[in-house]
Amino acid sequence: MEFIYYFGDVFTPINFGLLLLGTIGGLILGATPGLSPTMAVALLIPFTFQLEAAQGLILLGAAYTSTVAGGAVSAILLKIPGAPANIATTLDGHAMALKGEGAKALQLSFLSSAVGGVFGVLLLIFLTPVLAQWALAFGPSHLFWLAILGVTVIGSLDSKSVVKGLLSGCIGLWLATIGFDDIMGAQRFIFHPSLGGGINIIAALIGLFAIPQVITMFAKGRKNDGAEAIQVQKHPIKGAISELFRYKRAVGIGTITGSIIGLIPGVGGQIAGLVAYDQSKKFSPDRDKFGTGHPEGLIAAESANNAMVGPSLVPLLTLSIPGSPTAAVLLGGLLIHGIFPGTDLFDNHPDVAWTFINSMLIGQILMCIFGLYVAGMAARVAQVPQSMMAAIVLGLAVFGSYSVQSSMGDVYVMASLGVMMYFLERFGFSAAPLVLGLILGPIAESNFIQGSMIATATDGLAPYFLTGTLNLFLIAVVILSILYSGYMELRTKRYTSKEEIMA
Amino acid sequence: MSTVTLPRLQHIIGSGLVAAVGASVCYISYTQQPSEAFLFPRLISSVFLVLALWTFIKACLGWTKVGNGISMTQFKNLAPGLVVALIYIFWAAKGFGFYTATTIAFFILLSLYDPAPHTALKSWVKRMITTACFMGVMYGLFALLLKVYTPREIFF
Repeated sequence: MEFIYYFGDVFTPINFGLLLLGTIGGLILGATPGLSPTMAVALLIPFTFQLEAAQGLILLGAAYTSTVAGGAVSAILLKIPGAPANIATTLDGHAMALKGEGAKALQLSFLSSAVGGVFGVLLLIFLTPVLAQWALAFGPSHLFWLAILGVTVIGSLDSKSVVKGLLSGCIGLWLATIGFDDIMGAQRFIFHPSLGGGINIIAALIGLFAIPQVITMFAKGRKNDGAEAIQVQKHPIKGAISELFRYKRAVGIGTITGSIIGLIPGVGGQIAGLVAYDQSKKFSPDRDKFGTGHPEGLIAAESANNAMVGPSLVPLLTLSIPGSPTAAVLLGGLLIHGIFPGTDLFDNHPDVAWTFINSMLIGQILMCIFGLYVAGMAARVAQVPQSMMAAIVLGLAVFGSYSVQSSMGDVYVMASLGVMMYFLERFGFSAAPLVLGLILGPIAESNFIQGSMIATATDGLAPYFLTGTLNLFLIAVVILSILYSGYMELRTKRYTSKEEIMA
Repeated sequence: MSTVTLPRLQHIIGSGLVAAVGASVCYISYTQQPSEAFLFPRLISSVFLVLALWTFIKACLGWTKVGNGISMTQFKNLAPGLVVALIYIFWAAKGFGFYTATTIAFFILLSLYDPAPHTALKSWVKRMITTACFMGVMYGLFALLLKVYTPREIFF
């Protein structure tokens, strides 16, 4: 119950102000189509440099939580999911808005997000210290395999093609080796003076997530895609609360599904929302009403995608394996403040860890309160033309990456990686495993080198890295995740070709 | 004999480039000294090369199922914006000064992609006001709040 001691830290004027700022800003950013939670958090990182570690994390955590919830506003009022996590929300949310129940849909969405979110953060609070203690048993070989596991799990589960996902991870791991080697001081892959200090993680994150989005907006041309928002009429909040109690099964299914999916590294909120929606439909007596503006579908989807947020941080804060691409960006935010996840975080920086986690708990409630008020404004922001969004994001990306070290080299790296990622994405590659490779690369390499030194003095490289229960377990998980994703990919292709034949 | 479609050709070129990078990384890793510094890159680059070659072979055989490539319309749409963005980042920001270059690039991009008609005076005024507001916010955030000293160069 250590977290209770640090509860008061959330309510200092600066911390609470940042929490409010992150929550309200995140709701508006989340409602903006094209601005994903991952990109929003990546663009916010430069603003945390001048803050203390806990303050920076409060801002990033609040933005993460509320961008996911804010995405429901445009999903309901415009039928455009603000984030991939809100795809399932559009199915019933927009249909409710068309029936004149837009306000009720928004209220239900924020209420169920808060219920799911609070449960998810409670799981984070109670599971993290247990797993962090477990992480003490990890030696260099285990930490090496864990880093590889992080890359392969996201590479295989988060990508449409397993091979391309793993290849993206390899590219990330290679990019992480650019610069001077830590032990020998040797130059590695420094093709340009800008790369002398290696690739700055923050500049890379901004480039990999923001620039492809900017180019995607360019690719749409001068199309007027500012969709028209549906006007919402007032609806009593009490009615929405009693409706939420009426559909408690959907809340339960959504919350549990989201929490379980959040714990699995690499599986994002998009899947949590869709799986919860599907499960809720299966167990509902009104399953025929799903898709026609039935509150149950909306409640299940929204409670799931926010319940996923807390548990997605459990593997990140304990084992350095992010549960989602946005959690990977948060890991970058931790590392720039010199904080390493695992026992270091809870033993040496308990104030930072618990203030951050507690702020996420309070943030869920603030998100619910402000979400209802900000929804109208957020819907207007969602109508901003993409031409303006592209120019704004480009400007922020350039200034943000420059401000990291006041270096033009970082801006060049950001732009080069961003343009490269846009073209790679067009050919089925994915940014998430590449980012994971870049972030986990130094952890994998330092443990590989340490492990090889120990191995040379003892049994040799192969016995050290390939034997032992924990090593074998981690290797088995790496292999299983790849095989499972490969199987799912083949099955999807088989179903597609069957459908094509039927058509 | 099957014809090579545009997406397939793009996949061949794209995966070919990735394979070429993989081969170069692998070559450098195995030939550069001191070898201890390249122990980890050797491990990574070997896997990188194998996966890249597999992807390239699949693309050549037309087995690639994921990724639609870029259509001619998309390319025509994105090319002007990309050119402006690259000139802004790689030359103008350092050459003119950060704020001047950003103002010009923002205004050009807004004008290029704004769906509002180019013939209406009102839309030009709106774009100028939007640019001024954006630059005001950026100056406030980065110069005043975060105290980031950006290259001033010729202008500002």
